[in-house]
Amino acid sequence: MANSMIPAGDFRTSYAADTTIFPTVTSRNFAIAGVLLACAAPFLFNEYWLSLLIQIGIYGIAALGLNVLVGFTGQISIGHAAFFLFGAFSSAYLSTKIGIPAFFAIPLAGLVTAVVGLVFGLPAARLKGLYLAIATLAAQYILLDFFARAEWFSGGSVPAMAEPFSIFGYALQGDRQFFYVVLAYVVVCFLLVTNMMRSRDGRALIAVRDHYLSAEIMGINLTKYRTLSFGIAAFFAGIGGALYAHYQLVVSYEGFGIERSILFLAMVIIGGLGSIMGTLMGTAFVVLLPEAMEWITAMLAGGPIDHALGLKTNITFLREIAIGTIIIVFLVFEPDGLAHRWHQIKTYWKFYPFSH
Amino acid sequence: MNTQLLIQLLVNGLVVGTLYGVVAMSFVLIYKATQVVNFAQGELLLVGAWVCWALMVKYQVPFYAAMPITMIFMFIFGILIQMVFLRPMIGEPIISVIMVTIALSTVLQAAMKWIFGVNPQPFPPIFTSQSVSFLGLSIQTVYVMSLIVSLAMMAAMAWFFQKSKHGLAMRATAFDQQVAQSLGISVKNVFAMSWAISATVSAVAGVVVAVVNGVSSGLSIYGIKVFPAVILGGLDSIAGAVLGGVIIGLLENFAQFVDGQYLHWGNLYEVAPFYVLIIILMIKPYGLFGTKDIERV
Repeated sequence: MANSMIPAGDFRTSYAADTTIFPTVTSRNFAIAGVLLACAAPFLFNEYWLSLLIQIGIYGIAALGLNVLVGFTGQISIGHAAFFLFGAFSSAYLSTKIGIPAFFAIPLAGLVTAVVGLVFGLPAARLKGLYLAIATLAAQYILLDFFARAEWFSGGSVPAMAEPFSIFGYALQGDRQFFYVVLAYVVVCFLLVTNMMRSRDGRALIAVRDHYLSAEIMGINLTKYRTLSFGIAAFFAGIGGALYAHYQLVVSYEGFGIERSILFLAMVIIGGLGSIMGTLMGTAFVVLLPEAMEWITAMLAGGPIDHALGLKTNITFLREIAIGTIIIVFLVFEPDGLAHRWHQIKTYWKFYPFSH
Repeated sequence: MNTQLLIQLLVNGLVVGTLYGVVAMSFVLIYKATQVVNFAQGELLLVGAWVCWALMVKYQVPFYAAMPITMIFMFIFGILIQMVFLRPMIGEPIISVIMVTIALSTVLQAAMKWIFGVNPQPFPPIFTSQSVSFLGLSIQTVYVMSLIVSLAMMAAMAWFFQKSKHGLAMRATAFDQQVAQSLGISVKNVFAMSWAISATVSAVAGVVVAVVNGVSSGLSIYGIKVFPAVILGGLDSIAGAVLGGVIIGLLENFAQFVDGQYLHWGNLYEVAPFYVLIIILMIKPYGLFGTKDIERV
């Protein structure tokens, strides 16, 4: 029983104990078991489910970056999809035009995207939330226009091609093999962010969010940290985008308008602002919601509700309505997201007969 | 240098610019009174235009009756949005409020596509003559109407804020909520009222655009174009919003002229306002007329 449960009361007496990633041995074992279980996923699921899992992983990494910006630093970005796409195009460009193997192109694309993010973040990082929102909105339009125009970079109206991911000359193709690439990146990225949030820089970001004036008085450089968090957000968006490029093997700028940026925001809000594991839950929710609606539509096909609403033809609009409504519902009723709900369920079972 | 084309484009710019001005004005109205940045302003135009279109085409209501009905509908619609979605958000961080309006815009946009379809619909013609000639330029009648309606709305707004009791109450609330409340002004009503007026004005602008270009979901781009206009004019200045709108309208068309005649980049018309937006945010974030107490960090 030694360290498997958190004792009643808070007995953490050292900094090391306070900032540990896993508070108990059980939670660490669960995390390791989760990753091992995920490793077995290609043998357990069919291609369709696997592609959904890969999507959750890819978008989850990008959403993680957005959560660092929105949830941890209290800034907002409505241009995340554009940065995601920038990462996708950079990686495609680096791998096909310059000939850098995808293995190196993915982190490089992340860095390039981070630089672009900093360029747009610089004017806005000196300003407060609302202005950043508007600046990123402009970034979304300017970048998308750039993709449509720069044929050397993105192919313009022709989709850009990307090389398949290969390691030591062995190309990983198909959902089953690519799944491991995504899984590795998910684990690395989530560990990176978790570790960053335990460091001085991570705590500085949270301080900036909670009370920027106090943070500044304590010697935190606001401009630096606001710009930094913007760069981090763009970096992870770039990594996610690069993975997307090497997964799909073609990248087109279509479908990455402002709606996609709102979708990224939805993932972060539904998962829980400022919760790292919540990001993954929120992403899973947003990725699976259209599928769930698809199943419901298929189930109701031919029934009276189907006739009244014309489900089949209007599924896209209904999906958008559902996403928007869910964002509002979460903001009004559950501002802490799924992560908070999960925490409540856990405490409920822990104290089972004596909840409250 | 094609002078004729330039003048034609600048006239277009003026007409579109005044419309941007009207939409920007209603955006600033909400921002000033309730401190909400409304990302769903364009959708208010869209809803208004579709409602008017439905009345005229589906129910065969004549224009002079359809327009007031649309305005009344949008007045109530604005109050409802404020009461249902934004009242629970009072006191929440600004990011949450922004996100609610973004989500609202998604919902309204999708709902309009669901109800009315994705295809653009032409508006039934309202004027018998197609164009009037003015100083040797032929200008479409709808453009003249658009300009007149926009100016009329601006004048009405100016009168409302300067002379009427409700306008005074709104200005007081914008100035200091607590003081206004202690003087017996119902801040709740003022909030609802500002959304109602904003929605109504936007709907009129939406109908005007629809008469010129037809109704389609592309109307909501006006809600996005509002941002360059208000940032240029200063977020909390109504006069600045109007001027910013006109400048952005002129600039867009001038960009199109330069693009079409010299640069041939294509699509400069669409993005030029956003470059301006970034530049203004860098050098003069409070705009031309805005209050300078924005905290720079």
